[in-house]
Amino acid sequence: MGAYVNPIYPYKSPTDLMATPPQRKPLIVIGAGPVGLAAAIDARLQGLSVLVLDDDKTVSVGSRAVCYAKRSLEILDRLGIADQACGLGVSWNIGRTFLEEDEVYQFNLVPDAGHKRPGMINLQQYHVEEMLIARALELGADIRWQHKVTAVTRHDDHATLTVETPDGPFDIEADWLVVADGARSPIRRHLGLDIEGRVFQDRFLIADVIMKADYPAERWFWFDPPFHPNQSVLLHKQSNNVWRIDFQLGWDADPEEEKKPEKVIPRLQAMLGDDRPFELEWVSIYTFQCRRMTDFRHGRVLFVGDAAHQVSPFGARGANSGFQDADDLMWKLGLVIQGQASEKLLDTYAMDRQFAADENIMNSTRSTDFITPKSRTSKTFRNQVLALAKHHPFARKLVNSGRLSVPSFLTGSVLNTPDADPFEGNMVPGAPMDDAPVQVNGQDAWLLDQVGRGFAALHFVDATPEARTLATLQALRQATVPVDSLIVSRQPLQVPGFKVLVDAQDWMAKRYDATPGTTYLLRPDQHVLARWRTLDSTRLQAALSRALGQFGPQA
Amino acid sequence: MNTALKTDPNFHEAGRRFFRDFAPGDEFYEHLIDAHNGLSDEQSEALNARLILLLANHIGDLRVLREALQAARQTD
Repeated sequence: MGAYVNPIYPYKSPTDLMATPPQRKPLIVIGAGPVGLAAAIDARLQGLSVLVLDDDKTVSVGSRAVCYAKRSLEILDRLGIADQACGLGVSWNIGRTFLEEDEVYQFNLVPDAGHKRPGMINLQQYHVEEMLIARALELGADIRWQHKVTAVTRHDDHATLTVETPDGPFDIEADWLVVADGARSPIRRHLGLDIEGRVFQDRFLIADVIMKADYPAERWFWFDPPFHPNQSVLLHKQSNNVWRIDFQLGWDADPEEEKKPEKVIPRLQAMLGDDRPFELEWVSIYTFQCRRMTDFRHGRVLFVGDAAHQVSPFGARGANSGFQDADDLMWKLGLVIQGQASEKLLDTYAMDRQFAADENIMNSTRSTDFITPKSRTSKTFRNQVLALAKHHPFARKLVNSGRLSVPSFLTGSVLNTPDADPFEGNMVPGAPMDDAPVQVNGQDAWLLDQVGRGFAALHFVDATPEARTLATLQALRQATVPVDSLIVSRQPLQVPGFKVLVDAQDWMAKRYDATPGTTYLLRPDQHVLARWRTLDSTRLQAALSRALGQFGPQA
Repeated sequence: MNTALKTDPNFHEAGRRFFRDFAPGDEFYEHLIDAHNGLSDEQSEALNARLILLLANHIGDLRVLREALQAARQTD
C-alpha cells in the first residue's frame, strides 16, 4: 500500500555521550514526535543546548494527526516552518455537517478577515515531522535515533536516564527532562504516574485514500449517511491527493476483520461511487480515551503532549494542544535555565496546560457524546437536534460534530494581572492574541509575526510619544528580562530606535479595544498578561514580576 | 414573520463570559444528557415530561408556548 515512503534517519553511535560518571546535559527531550521536536526547536531558538532521544529511526507511520489549527500555525511561524507547512498542506475554513443526504449545519472557523493564517490546514503528520526534524537539525539540535530510554530516576536537581542503543546501554543525566513520548508514554508508566479519565466504547476505521477528486477543501461530516447507515463518517482532504476518511464502526466491530481490504474497499466504493479509481495508502482501526495526568510537572521532569493528556479525535485537539504545551513550557523553562526566573514558574506550566487539557477533554467529550450517543434518550435528543437544525438557528449551534481546536483563554492563570481599567472585547488577561494586519517600515506585515520572542509590550499612540514615555519603553527593553516595546499608531510615524506598527485599517485598535495610551503586556507565547489605559512603569514592572513567577507563595 | 418564540441561539448565564459561541449551548446539552444518566427509558420519558412542564410554567406566555408546540410538531 501507499505512495509515501518513510525516510530513515541515520543512527549515530553514542560514544560521545557515554561517560563514567555520566555526563550532565542541561536539557533532554524524550521523543522526536511533533511536540518533542517543537520543544527542541524552541530551545535552540533561545540558544539552549538540547539533546533529543527517540527509540525509532523514522517519522510517524500511517495516518495520525491530520488537522493543524490556526494557533499551531502561528506557533510554527515562530518555529520557522509554517510557510512550508501551509505550502504543502490544504487550507480550509468551512466545515459542513450532513444528516443522511442533507446539509444541516455549516461553520466557518475564521469568519472575519485580517488573520495571516487560515482556520486549519490538513497535512499528514509524517510531512510535519519531516519539516520539524529538518528545522531542528538546521538549528543545531542533537537528535539521536534508536536511543530508547528504559529508565528514569528523579533527583531534586536532575534526572538520570538509562538509554539502550545498538551499541549497548549507558546512563546520562539531565538538569531538565521533557517527556514527549506519546499516548502510551513508557516513561510515564515506568515512573508509575497516574493518568485518569474515560475510555470510549467505540471503534473507528481510518482510511487514507489516494484519488483524484474535486471535492472542495472543506471538512465534511455525516450523521447516518446512506452509504454508512446509523453511523458517522468524516472526510478530510490532505496533501498530494491523499484523502482521510474516518468511519464509525461501533464497539462490536471486529478490528482485524474490518481492516481487511475486502471489507474496506466496498465501504469506500459505497461512499465514493463505484467508478472512481482510488488506491489505499493506509488502513487502521482506532479506539480512544479522554484522560490526563494529575500533574504535568514532577520536579525536574515535565510531561507534554499525548504523554500528559489524550482526547477523542473529534476536534483535532491532540497534536494541536501538544504544540501549545511546548509553546507554554519552553519560554518558562528557558527563563529558569538561564536563571531569570525561579523554578516556581514551571508550576504555572502545569497549571496553565492542565486547565487547557481539561477544556480540550471537556469539548472533545461533549462532541463524542453527541456523535456516539450512549442511550436511547441521548440518541433521540441528538436526532431531534438535527431535525430542528433544518429550521431553527439555535439547534444548528447545538449540532456538535467536533468543536475544532482553538487555544484556551487562560483567564485564571496566576501570571495575569487583572484589569483595573475598563476594556471591551476579547483580549482579556490570559487571552490568546488575535492577529491583525499591520505595516512595518511601509511593508505589509502581521501583528503576530512582530511578537513572540520574549515578553513584549504594545503601546498605542496617536502622535509621537513624549520623551518620558519613550524612556520608560526604552528601559523595559534594557531590563534583565527584556520586554520588546512596540509602538502602535494609526498614522505612519518615525520614532527613532523603535519599531512602529501602523494600524492603518484599525484592526488592532478594534480587536484590542485600544485608545491612545493603551498598553498591553504580552507573554512570549502570545497570550495577554495585562493591559492598561495608560503607560505606567510601576504597574508594568509589577505585572512583569508576576509573570516571572513572583506571585506569592500561595498562588 | 413576527414570532414570540426565540429560535436564535439564546443560552447564557449572568456573570459568566463565554469566549466561544458554541460553549453555553454545549454546556446545557451536557447537563441535559447527564440528567438522564443511569435512568431506564421509561424513567427518562417521565423526566422529559416533568422538565417540559417546569420550563413551560417558567415561560408562562401562552403565545410562546403555542408557537413552541407548533414548531415541535413539525417533523419534515
